[in-house]
Amino acid sequence: MQFMLLFSRQGKLRLQKWYVPLSDKEKKKITRELVQTVLARKPKMCSFLEWRDLKIVYKRYASLYFCCAIEDQDNELITLEIIHRYVELLDKYFGSVCELDIIFNFEKAYFILDEFLLGGEAQETSKKNVLKAIEQADLLQEVRYTPNHSHVWQI
Amino acid sequence: MSDVVEKTLTALPSLLSLDSHPGSAKLSSTSKLGNLIRGITELTSKHEEEKLIQHELLAIKEQVSSPNTTMMKELMVRSIYCEMLGYEASFSYIHAIKLAQQGTVLEKRVGYLAVSLFLNESHELLLLLVNTVLKDLQSTNLIEVCMALTVVSQMFPKDMIPAILPLVEEKLNHPKEIIRRKAVLALYKFYLIAPNQVQHIHNKFRKALCDKDPGVMTASLHIYLQMIQENPDAYKDLTPSFVTILKQVVGGKLPMDFNYHTVPAPWLQIQLLRILALLGKNDQSTSEVMYEVLDESLRRAEMNHNITYAILYECVKCIYTIHPKSDLLEKAAKCIGNFVLSPKINLKYLGLKALTYVVQQDPKLALQHQMTIIECLDHPDLIIKRETLELLFRITNAQNVTVIVEKMLEFLCISEDDHTTIDLVGKVAELAEKYPLKYNEWFIETMNTVFSLGGDMMQPDIPNSFLKLLSEGFDSVEEDRKLKLFAVNSYVPLLRGEPGKLPQRFLQVISWVLGEYSHLREDLEPAEVLSLLAKLLDMKNSSSETKSWVLMAMTKLCKGGTDASVTQEVSETYSSSLDTVLRQRAHELQYLSQDPELRARVLPRGSCGNFAFVSEALAAGAAPYKPPHQRQEELDQSKALSLEPYGLSLPISMSSCSITDRQSPTLLSMSSGLSGDTLKLDGVKRVWGREGYLAQREPVEEAAQVEVPSPIQSPGRQGEGDSLHSQTPTQTPTPEPEQEKQQLASSLFVGLASQSSVSLMGKSEPTPQRFRRKAKGQGPGSSFNASEQISSSLISPPSAVDNLLCNNLLDSNNASELAEQTSQLSQRLTTANGTCHTEAELTEPDTKGCNPALRRDNCVVAADPGPHDDPGRLTEVCLDSYLPAELSGLSHSEIAPLCANQSLNLSACHVQKEDSLILVVFIINSSESAIQQMLPAGEMTSHSVAVGQYSLTVKRPAVHVEVVGTVSYQLPAGTSQSLQFSYKVPLTSFIRPFVVSTEEYGTMWLSFSHDTKQNLTLINDNQEPLTATLNALKKKLQLHVVEVIGMEGIVACRLLQDLPCLMHCRVNAGWLAVWLRSPVPDLPDCLIYHCQRALQSL
Repeated sequence: MQFMLLFSRQGKLRLQKWYVPLSDKEKKKITRELVQTVLARKPKMCSFLEWRDLKIVYKRYASLYFCCAIEDQDNELITLEIIHRYVELLDKYFGSVCELDIIFNFEKAYFILDEFLLGGEAQETSKKNVLKAIEQADLLQEVRYTPNHSHVWQI
Repeated sequence: MSDVVEKTLTALPSLLSLDSHPGSAKLSSTSKLGNLIRGITELTSKHEEEKLIQHELLAIKEQVSSPNTTMMKELMVRSIYCEMLGYEASFSYIHAIKLAQQGTVLEKRVGYLAVSLFLNESHELLLLLVNTVLKDLQSTNLIEVCMALTVVSQMFPKDMIPAILPLVEEKLNHPKEIIRRKAVLALYKFYLIAPNQVQHIHNKFRKALCDKDPGVMTASLHIYLQMIQENPDAYKDLTPSFVTILKQVVGGKLPMDFNYHTVPAPWLQIQLLRILALLGKNDQSTSEVMYEVLDESLRRAEMNHNITYAILYECVKCIYTIHPKSDLLEKAAKCIGNFVLSPKINLKYLGLKALTYVVQQDPKLALQHQMTIIECLDHPDLIIKRETLELLFRITNAQNVTVIVEKMLEFLCISEDDHTTIDLVGKVAELAEKYPLKYNEWFIETMNTVFSLGGDMMQPDIPNSFLKLLSEGFDSVEEDRKLKLFAVNSYVPLLRGEPGKLPQRFLQVISWVLGEYSHLREDLEPAEVLSLLAKLLDMKNSSSETKSWVLMAMTKLCKGGTDASVTQEVSETYSSSLDTVLRQRAHELQYLSQDPELRARVLPRGSCGNFAFVSEALAAGAAPYKPPHQRQEELDQSKALSLEPYGLSLPISMSSCSITDRQSPTLLSMSSGLSGDTLKLDGVKRVWGREGYLAQREPVEEAAQVEVPSPIQSPGRQGEGDSLHSQTPTQTPTPEPEQEKQQLASSLFVGLASQSSVSLMGKSEPTPQRFRRKAKGQGPGSSFNASEQISSSLISPPSAVDNLLCNNLLDSNNASELAEQTSQLSQRLTTANGTCHTEAELTEPDTKGCNPALRRDNCVVAADPGPHDDPGRLTEVCLDSYLPAELSGLSHSEIAPLCANQSLNLSACHVQKEDSLILVVFIINSSESAIQQMLPAGEMTSHSVAVGQYSLTVKRPAVHVEVVGTVSYQLPAGTSQSLQFSYKVPLTSFIRPFVVSTEEYGTMWLSFSHDTKQNLTLINDNQEPLTATLNALKKKLQLHVVEVIGMEGIVACRLLQDLPCLMHCRVNAGWLAVWLRSPVPDLPDCLIYHCQRALQSL
């Protein structure tokens, strides 16, 4: 995987992880172009995109787009599942994750991502193991702030 | 679970816009980060955001640098946030490193995260992190070790790897699996950025592969995938291990933790499948090891979930990559069918992708799904459309090319993506140039669209090869004239319209064509063309490159008289231009328009294709053209001054002068016009120079690419395709609206499954090969010349000069010969490089089915030889015994595998006999079933070997002669198949000594017209240098030394059957000056090439 971007429906970047060395200027350009391209796509369209010489795999979860860039020989479907597993991990960790959790605790989202993907490759795909590792590291940390947003919507 | 997420998250969208909502206000008020985020979402303009962030950054900057900040972690997170919004916070980088270094464990974690987000591996600050990482790797706190390994696997300065490598290696033995796993991934990263550094620990990778923890083992597969990609042969021994692992995974032997939606370790499965594909590629015995587990994987992946489809897709790819097995292929094909037919768009896309991947091997599969493909062509999602076009591109043949190109152009009109446009334009041009023969007008129109749409983004070689194709033309003079006239006719209205809208490249093409061919249109006054061209010069957006093309064209057109005013004006305007090239062109225009006589000499009308001056010059004793590689070699070899007097090679040396010295203000450079159109291109376009250089670098490889299956070669097959096709649509009664699609289908899939298209798809490398011009070299009697093949210097005009001349002589008889040959032969053995070079003469196909007893003995052997990693040795051992008895005593070349499919393996070698060269083709039936109606062998039982021998002769010499053939056969199931092969023989195999007396030599010498001169290196061992060199040549190339007198020697040889070549050698200033003469064009050039090689290899 070359990079992973999370952005909102409004085009605001929520998370970016680059696994290939690029200059800041390039990163900005790529992000801008890609956000635009992906947001322009209609809901029933294919989750894969050919973009420059890369393959983009994206999926929308509620208001948040998860978007990965892979190389041509990589498997698109498994990349979709990588996205999905990441969402599952976030969901389990935050407990019914929503975009706000990621906005306000983005460093946590990064920690989880680093425990799941390392150097662009799936490192640990067992949900239990990833969360165990995160929890162990968290134990050394003060209590994180949990947004109480249950009154915003009913589950 | 995912449903829950979906439900939960769907409630969200309204949230962000509700910033003033009490909930979110409460949310963000608690921390500074919260404040920042809330503040930003409240803003309405980018400008306000910028102000706020700058303010924030200032605040952070102030706080981080105060000595006793307790908020470091929080500040870092805020910096990360600002960076994510696109604002630079570079002042905080150093603090991130400090935090990772000095902070508590918790702060460290944020510090490392910030470092990994802020810096990339080439950042100099990263060096400051090395010590921290070193310290943490040795920490007793596991969390710290994990953090260090995590950051190292993401980024680490390449040069500092040795500093921490021992520590990371040590971690491979750590009792905790999480540490071992991260260590493996860190080593993977090292392997990617500096493979040499980790070479010595390859055996430790093996240990990781055998780790008892599946997670560590999975991590090690990343390294293996990478290493096997680079060198599959080195890891063949691991195949059984990978297969065993996959078996266990598929069989559900892993802990439940590794399941993903009840599918066992899908990531691991996919990784293994990719590795197996690499290992089994072109390797039958390795492939056999994995058939069973592949079958099992296909069977197990049944659940209707994305993840099983991901595995299936990888399985299918693997099955089509490794040595084929029919029942697996069948299942894989079914799988692809399910993908293509799936209502889920993602699966459909992958189905198309898989089809594109396999269609080269199995064109019928595309035929099966033709209606779906047609539907996908009209799909609202451009990605699906695009992938469909990619698929169609692979199945293009002479019959469906117009429809497919039309579809591509349609797509181009709606596509807005530059990358796609460049790619598609290249493909259209490739197709148009590949099949221009029948459709002159179509060709020009298509290219016009390509130029207009592709604009200035497209690859520069597209216009170049178009012009070359136009200028060299095809077989018939009349057709050529029509083509050129059509081009002119289509360009004039464009210029009369709004030329300002046309891309520069197109304008350049137009001006060149008008300059060269507008005279073909009789009702068109040159004056009008001149004024149209002059209009281009006045356009604001014309680049100076375009202007120089235009001026060139005007120079060709001006005739003085009435045109004088336009040209005068133009030349005056540009003769003071700051651009030296333009200035030169303007001067040329000025002089030549005033001196019609000089102009007529320099730019003869219709100079294209008329190279009489070359033959004149040659007759006057000028040195013939030498391909660039030869000149280069000469240059390399003879750093010394040449003491040879200059020959009368005026036109050619002048033209080369104009290339190198374009800026020269003298009239000399005008001689570029002398050598015809192609040279003029040189004078104007820089690109040529680069291409020429490329050609020099890889002359032989280029030559190898020459083979392009010809669409015209098998007109008989078209009928087959048609009839086959007409069956397909009639199978089902069609409702009305379907008919249009059916019609489209019949035009798209015509000719598929017939041999002509199979050969087309045999082109396994989809790399666009732009110089399609070569393709027409296969047409009977078309132009192609050996010197070009040597050098592949497609842009070297004088070679084209030779070329056309020779072909005029050879054209007629060659064409007829070919026709005769092909109709006689049962095995279609033709030459790849067109009929001009080689002609395969089949002596009666002497095929031997082996007797049963023998067959049983060789059963294993015969089944085995396939294109192994070391196929040469293996096959030779077994196939040697099959050499026909009368040849077995003679020396033969190594038996090389040619190609293979699921049922046949082909190998070949050549045997040099005194008066002929025999090509021996071994056809091995590697399948379990008998093969029927095979041409030329008749029938073959399972695992038997048939041998065919063919005597080869060369009609036109080339450095390497390539023979192409087809074996067609029928499987018991009744499907007829064919297998194409090509085989390359160096010209030297056709050379035999030629025994003549000195007198005979003298007479012949004078009568031979084609010659070449060159200085060769002398061999200086103890012997007398001339004798030593001649002896070496004699030994290596089978030449006959006629006589040696003092410092001169004469040598003779013949090309089979009886085409003599004489060689005159003289020692001169430490070099061997060689002069070759022959009645055969190109033979001297080719021979001198081999002489050079022979002497170099000593």
